Amino acid sequence: MSDVILEMRNITKTFPGVKALNNVSFSVTQGEIHALVGENGAGKSTLMNVLSGIYPHGSYTGDIYFEGKECRFRDITESEAVGLVIIHQELALIPFLSIAENLFLGNERAKNGVIDWNESISKTAELLNRVGLYESPNTLITNIGVGKQQLVEIAKALAKKVKLLILDEPTASLNESDSEKLLGLLLQLKEHGISSILISHKLSDVSKVADSITILRDGGTIETLDCKKDNITEDRIIRGMVGRDLTHRFPPREKNIGEVIFEIRDWNVYHPIHEDRKVSTNVNITVRKGEVVGLSGLMGAGRTELAMSIFGHAYGTRISGKVYKHGKEIDISTIDKAISNGIAYATEDRKAYGLILIQEVKNNITLANLEAISRRQVINEPQEMRVTGEYRDKLNIKCSSIQQLAVNLSGGNQQKVVLSKWLFAGPEILILDEPTRGIDVGAKYEIYTIINRLASEGKAIILISSELPEILGVCDRIYVMRDGKIVGEMPASEASQEKVMKYIMTQREVVEQ
Amino acid sequence: MKTLSTLFKNNIREYGMLIALIVVMVFFQVQTKGVLFKPVNITNLVLQNSYVITMALGMLLIIVSGWIDLSVGSVVAVIGALAGVLMVRYNVNWVLVVVLSLVLGAAIGAFHGYFVAYLKIPAFIVTLAGMLIFRGLTIYLLQGESVGPFPRGFQNISSGFIPDIFNGKGLHITTVLIGVILSVLLIWLDLRTRKNQQKYGFEVTPFYFFVVKNIGITAAVMSLCYLMASYKGLPDVLVLIFVLIAAYAFMTSQTVIGRRIYAMGGNVKAAMLSGVNTTRLLFYTFINMGVLAAVAGLIVAARLNSATPNAGDGMELDVIAACFIGGASPMGGVGKVIGAVVGAFLIGVLNNGMSIMGVGIDWQKVVKGFVLLLAVLFDVYNKNKNA
Repeated sequence: MSDVILEMRNITKTFPGVKALNNVSFSVTQGEIHALVGENGAGKSTLMNVLSGIYPHGSYTGDIYFEGKECRFRDITESEAVGLVIIHQELALIPFLSIAENLFLGNERAKNGVIDWNESISKTAELLNRVGLYESPNTLITNIGVGKQQLVEIAKALAKKVKLLILDEPTASLNESDSEKLLGLLLQLKEHGISSILISHKLSDVSKVADSITILRDGGTIETLDCKKDNITEDRIIRGMVGRDLTHRFPPREKNIGEVIFEIRDWNVYHPIHEDRKVSTNVNITVRKGEVVGLSGLMGAGRTELAMSIFGHAYGTRISGKVYKHGKEIDISTIDKAISNGIAYATEDRKAYGLILIQEVKNNITLANLEAISRRQVINEPQEMRVTGEYRDKLNIKCSSIQQLAVNLSGGNQQKVVLSKWLFAGPEILILDEPTRGIDVGAKYEIYTIINRLASEGKAIILISSELPEILGVCDRIYVMRDGKIVGEMPASEASQEKVMKYIMTQREVVEQ
Repeated sequence: MKTLSTLFKNNIREYGMLIALIVVMVFFQVQTKGVLFKPVNITNLVLQNSYVITMALGMLLIIVSGWIDLSVGSVVAVIGALAGVLMVRYNVNWVLVVVLSLVLGAAIGAFHGYFVAYLKIPAFIVTLAGMLIFRGLTIYLLQGESVGPFPRGFQNISSGFIPDIFNGKGLHITTVLIGVILSVLLIWLDLRTRKNQQKYGFEVTPFYFFVVKNIGITAAVMSLCYLMASYKGLPDVLVLIFVLIAAYAFMTSQTVIGRRIYAMGGNVKAAMLSGVNTTRLLFYTFINMGVLAAVAGLIVAARLNSATPNAGDGMELDVIAACFIGGASPMGGVGKVIGAVVGAFLIGVLNNGMSIMGVGIDWQKVVKGFVLLLAVLFDVYNKNKNA
């Protein structure tokens, strides 16, 4: 291949306890749109972070060649200097600065430190014209929509004389017409010789514009499909993304499923800030005693929002709907009430929402149920030590002592501390949000074992997970969510990754229910 | 068994502070040719710092919650002004005045707390506003003049001493007895903690260290009480301070509410998602601060025997500095009552020692500023070394 613009060879990147990329090779031809697809956690973002220098040379093994020259980027400015620009899913624009100020941020048109506003403004107008955005360069970012902000990001990349543009989920938060416009722009840039790497979950976008598709799975390259030669269907891509051996990753469980103990009816939730935006629409969910129910969907499908709104209205406003436990309606309007009604929610972000990192393991475990270890508001410390010691042994938390600070534990052990906290609160219904995110395979197995044990003890469990194999391997029944709605429900015995993925990916009209 | 060096390393903050205090004390004892440890001066030192310590207890909780209160100096003034006006101009009974003052303190705390906790306005701004508002109200109440003197009973709040029921000659026997009881109590408590820790298989400090530590504490308590006893005995204020310190040390380390305050300061979202009503808790923390500021305001007024428009001016800075010198983190979640008390004492000894030496107010401020900076630098340095 003569006109290869980028070649990444044998890239391996490990994080403590996890091999995020394993010998990945990836190449992009001059003037093509190359899609990178894979499940959450397959390694797409890690690969792009390696490429752009966010993970500097030396923190990974393997070689990167750009336009035939070997590159050893130490940071993002070095990769941008050769014409490699990455646009992240979370846009990096400053809301209260104007379009022109944002465009040249870090790259200011200036002489001796004094900004030349005339040049900045006229250059901005020219670049905005190129991306088809007709806004004044003086408009503040906060006053334009997400779709237009994406275009500003692309204009910003053009200002840096981009040769290879990397877009991470650019259409995830765009509506139909903005997406169309963006994809059209990518094709137009291609005409001008600018190559792109497109990371996307939306396979319809991918099949619309991509010239070739590379599929990543579990940190390895599975295959690269050439869209010109082969006739690539979405089913074909999905098969590549999910096809993997499922045996031995999940411990078996003796199923003992009883009557319905938890039920949510007609649950509606609105966004806490944008109060006219619905984040949950007419959700109905039932969970039985001893049952593990999966909640599947993409990031942003509204699963966490749903779970947190159920857990004492911890998220959202204008919440309506009814919640029943054992057939009786219960009041869960505050977190305190939710906990005393036997509901627990273990968050997806254990560091930000789950743990007091600067405190001891012991204090973290008892926080949600201090009443159980105190009399007349005075904590019985010996009793606290005894019970937390029991949880350490039962859940196999590896720590030097229960007085070790939570911040010093590994991810898997931190997760076990979060689980211990909620088990100590004595819930009947446990909502586990991404309980295995960012922890290694061994610790995952242990978490699955704990989930199984809880189910056998008769607890009702709602498991939110972006990893399909996990949902299929652990759950008894699966709900699929998209755009805040339940779009599918099936027993695990009838589910397959392809089937769930279809519900997740396909636009609503296509799904026949 | 932990070795002494790892023990020291793990608790370098607490021991470092204590050592600094001792070094500073010895330095001034030498420089002032023995005046520092004279019984009358020690009594003075305690009286001068009682209000800083009182407010440091409340401020510590606010700082541990992750906030700050800049208004306490002005609250001290407005409480003193109200008490003075009621007693002098309206001849209200002083006991009733004390009660009213504490209620007003709670109301002022609630005022700040409402804005911070419920309306989510940063405490720095709310209490900066409070600082101006209550200073202004003080000047209005006093019409720019000092109001006094106060009834004997009210003055005794800060100038009274506990009675000696044994009528010792030249030595206040009750004071000595209290010292003995206190020492025994402290040793017993420490022993109990140690036994509990051993029972659950935790590492405990070597026994000789335990012995040395308790001998040190006993010696400090007994020598303080002996010094006091050879003057007029324990001041009433000191007894109040001891009770407050003990109550707050217990509250922060042993009770549900204390645990929740530290959880809130360590990670407010995680605390909230664990069922802690963080809004209400923060509100209460500010009310508590208001009440303690009122206590301090009464002590200041009683000590000066008049209410003055500029009472408590700049006191908030000493109080906040005491907490930070004592190891509290401005990020919240970290800080101990004992640390804040030692910090307050350190500032007190610096003020007192430099005054005796004849150092001007100008250089006193410079020195205190550097001490604060050094203490926090020491913290940051240790944290980085351990990370």
